[in-house]
This record gives sequence, structure tokens and C-alpha cells, in this order.
Amino acid sequence: MKILVTVKEVATVDDAFEIDGTAIDERYLSADLNEWDDYAIEEAVQLSEDGIVDEVVTVTIGDEDTEQTIRQALAKGADRAIRVWDDALEEVDLLDVGAKVAILEAVVAAEEPDLVLTGVQSGDDSFGATGVALAEAVGTQWAAVVNQLDLDNGADVASVHRELEGGLEELTDVDLPAVLSIQTGINEPRYASLRGIRMAQRKELDHQTLADLGVDAGDVAGDLELTSMYEPESESDTTVFEGSADDTAGQLAELLREKGVAQ
Amino acid sequence: MSDILTIAEHRQGELRDVSLELLTAGAELAEETGGDLHVAVISGDVDRYAEGLDREGVDAIHTVAYGEEFNHDVYTQAVTQLVDSLEASYVLGANSVNGLDYLPAVATRLDVPLVTDVVALETAGETLTATREMYGGKVETTVDVEGTPVVVSIRGAEWPIAEGEGSAAVEAFDAEIDEDAIGSSVNGFEEVAGGDVDISEADLLVSVGRGIDEEENLELIEELAAALGATMSSSRPIVDAGWLPANRQVGQSGKVVTPEVYIAIGISGAVQHVAGMKGSETIVAINTDPNAPIMDIADYAIHDDLFDVVPALIEQFS
Repeated sequence: MKILVTVKEVATVDDAFEIDGTAIDERYLSADLNEWDDYAIEEAVQLSEDGIVDEVVTVTIGDEDTEQTIRQALAKGADRAIRVWDDALEEVDLLDVGAKVAILEAVVAAEEPDLVLTGVQSGDDSFGATGVALAEAVGTQWAAVVNQLDLDNGADVASVHRELEGGLEELTDVDLPAVLSIQTGINEPRYASLRGIRMAQRKELDHQTLADLGVDAGDVAGDLELTSMYEPESESDTTVFEGSADDTAGQLAELLREKGVAQ
Repeated sequence: MSDILTIAEHRQGELRDVSLELLTAGAELAEETGGDLHVAVISGDVDRYAEGLDREGVDAIHTVAYGEEFNHDVYTQAVTQLVDSLEASYVLGANSVNGLDYLPAVATRLDVPLVTDVVALETAGETLTATREMYGGKVETTVDVEGTPVVVSIRGAEWPIAEGEGSAAVEAFDAEIDEDAIGSSVNGFEEVAGGDVDISEADLLVSVGRGIDEEENLELIEELAAALGATMSSSRPIVDAGWLPANRQVGQSGKVVTPEVYIAIGISGAVQHVAGMKGSETIVAINTDPNAPIMDIADYAIHDDLFDVVPALIEQFS
């Protein structure tokens, strides 16, 4: 059985930042492995270690700089990686769901995995839709927001728990092949070991262009145009306690006593 | 003139609030476009749900009686057929766990754009402008989508619940559900692990988030809770890490709490967390980041390191 895991490098933003046009100024951004994808990688690697999966392949849409993040996934136990990038993608302001799917669909067609794992969402644009849209595009089954996955050797069905709102889980069987979007908390993602990091350097990281995948540049232009970005206005009239930690703690203690919730 | 189709959501026999929020969002759009507001309700006791959905501004309610609970294959088939049949321009659903399990498939099947987790919407001519957040709520963005149809998922609790009785026509929609195309089956539901503490009953919650850094540091918050006579709760990352049991989690997927005072310590205030605690009478946030989203809803805030403030607060009560 082969698993394809979509891995995204996301930008994390400093506490204080400036916006430059429709983007956050690069000075205030750092790159990181998308949190949800970290859980998806771990789930795939565990299935591989349990002997249920033969190969774990990752796919990332990103420029050369994302290779550092891809190596993290390889160091955690993925077998090989595919990175998709070319000049047409450089031009795109906001890679929307349709554009991501156009690329990933071509990768799925080439790799023919039995299972695709994606994170539920990414920490930057938070569309939360790529996995399900991809499943529909490639004509497989899917399940969104999976927080438990049971898969037996040679099974043609995956049993999953989907995390609904309000502390409720849905128990669902999904025919394979399928795309599952993985929720945080499904497992405990490992840190990459030194040995893993060394081994990752020797693993295959295959760069593909849109032309290699047979994707038309027009398909990645997307339907959504990012027209503005701004800091949300605060609607609250928060009272900020000022001073040293002792001062602010004193003011908070007074408030709690006033409210009668603590003595 | 562009018609709007909203898709209601229900669970275990109850319409979810977001179904009525969708009607408000849909009615606003219908007013802008001059179109009709259609509502679809799929699976379960659809006629009873239709009564609950008949609010002011709704022109037609389409019932699809097939199955009991949500199944994404049934929803995807029914909604795509309804969009085609009604020639709807804008399809609005909930940005809920189930919304995200079928709306992307609807958009892909119809080969139309999808905009998710939208907090505000407006149309001008053929352009839809949607407002959504990025980077965990640190920035808001607007995105434009040209042409129709467009599939949109809206964030819960951003629009008020539609009030006022309506006089919509209720029509059974005869969706052709291809059973061979149903590739998943729901076998039941399960509550997450309970336990001896019910955080929804507490008057004072001391809630801890990612800012605590290490599991060992939780002792500090336990000490504070003991000093204050408070109950300890947490945001999602603490439960994900296995540092506290699931019944302590406040948020969309955890418990909804409404204590007299909620002290959020090292919690940034992601929308999923806020959904579970914004009904608290008084909210206090302790966080080094003055721009953290939690500050938008906090009544009182301390912009300082929790590792300095919490020991000082314990001192005040010992």
C-alpha cells in the first residue's frame, strides 16, 4: 500500500508585523511545517512502521526554499518527496483550492496512491478544503477532519473517527482509495532524530514543473483574487492592567475578589 | 437577478444554529442581487426541519428525504442537482466539520470557485467580495470572485440567527441519489472521554494554552487553580499534546463554557477556541502578544509573560 501525504510549508507571523500591499512584509515571517500536516506525516509513518504501508511519499507545492521543510518530513520517516514548482506559480498571489487541486490531481494520477493524507487546514490561508476537493477531482472517497484512523493490512476500507463539534465523534467506514484530512491530536508527531536528519539527506527529492505533470499554467491562476489585507479592528474596549507583574497580578486579584469568584 | 441557495445543517434530530445564521447571510445576499432565497434541507425529518427553517425572507424550502444523518455523498449529489435545477448563483453552507466534508466536493463537481470560512460577504454586479482571515486571525483579507455560481462556506456566529416567521413554499425535491456512488457509511457517534470534572459547570475557569510551553509548567497553573479555588481548562493544543484529558478542552470541538470569569493564560484565541468561551461573563487574557486575537474579546488584559504574572497572582491568594 502506498500513501501520499501533502506537506505544506506555511509562514508564521511575528507578534508585531507590517503589511505590504496584500502580503505581510517578509521580515516578519518565518517558515514552518504546517502543523496539521505534521500529524498527517506521523500517521503515515506509523502505518509504515506497522507494516501496513509499503511506501510514504510526500508532495509539496513550493519553491526551492521549502526543501528544508520537506527534509523534515523525510527525516521523520517519509521515503521520498516530490516538490512542484515553476515560474507560473511564482506569479500567483493566492493559490486557491482549485489551483492546488489541479496540481495535486496530476501527482495522484502519476503516483496512484491507495491513500492520500492531508492536514485538515493550513495555518496560513486556512481554506480547509483541499483534501475533499482533491478526492472529488480524482474520483476517490474521502473523509474530512479525521482524528482516528484504523487500517488493517490489505483492507479495502478505512475505519475513521471524524471529530464533530461539541465533543462528538462520527464513526465512519470509507472505501479505499481515499483522501483523509487529518486533525491535530490524532497522534503525537515525533521530532526528527539526528539519524533521521542524516538519512533524509540521502532520500530522493524530486522536483517537478507544471509541464512535467502536464498541468496547464492557466489552471493554477485560480478563481480568487486577493484584493486587500489589513489588521482586523478590535471591537472590544479591553481594560489593560499596566505595570510590573506584581502590579498587574494585584489588579487582577482585586477584580477576582470584587467579582466574588476568588477569596 | 441571482438566486441564493443555503444548505441547512442538522445533527441527531436538531437543526444547528448555523442553519438559521445561513438564512440571514442568504437573505442579505438575495436583497443585494434581487434574487430569491432558497433553502435546502437534506436527510432526517426534513418536514419538521422545514418548519424551523421557514423564516422571514425565505422564498422556498426544498426537502430531500433520503437517509437519516449527514452523509457527504448524499449531500454532494443532492446539492449539485439542486444548484443545476434552480440555476442558483450562490451556494452558502456552514464552515463546519460537515460543511468541509461536502462543500469542496460540490464546488469541484460543478467546476466552480469555492471560498471557505467567510466572515462577511457582498456582491456588486457579477463580483462577489468575501472577507476572510489568514494566519490564525492575525489579518483579515478580502477576495474577489468573478461570475457565478460560487460555493461559499460561512463561519458560525458571524451572522445573527434569522428571526420572524416566513411563508415559504415547501417542496419535496426528487434528487436522484446514485447508491453505487456512496462510498462511505456512518456507523454511529461517540462522545469524547468524559471524566469527573465538568468544566461547563465552573464559575471560575483558569484556562491554559500553548504559551505554557512544557508539560511540567502545567503545575504552575494547577497551583493557581488551587489557590483561586478555580477549575482548570485548556485550549486545543494542550489536549492534543496529551497533557490534559479531552473533557478539559474549551472550544468548537470541545466544551462550550459560560463561567462568571474566564482567565485565558497563554491562549492566542483561535476562532475555534473563542467559539467555546465567548459567552463567559468576564474574560481576562494574560498573554505577551498585545495583538493576539484573544485581546479582541477580553474585558481585561495583561500584556506580560505568564511565568511572571501567574506566580505573582498565586502570591496574592496564599
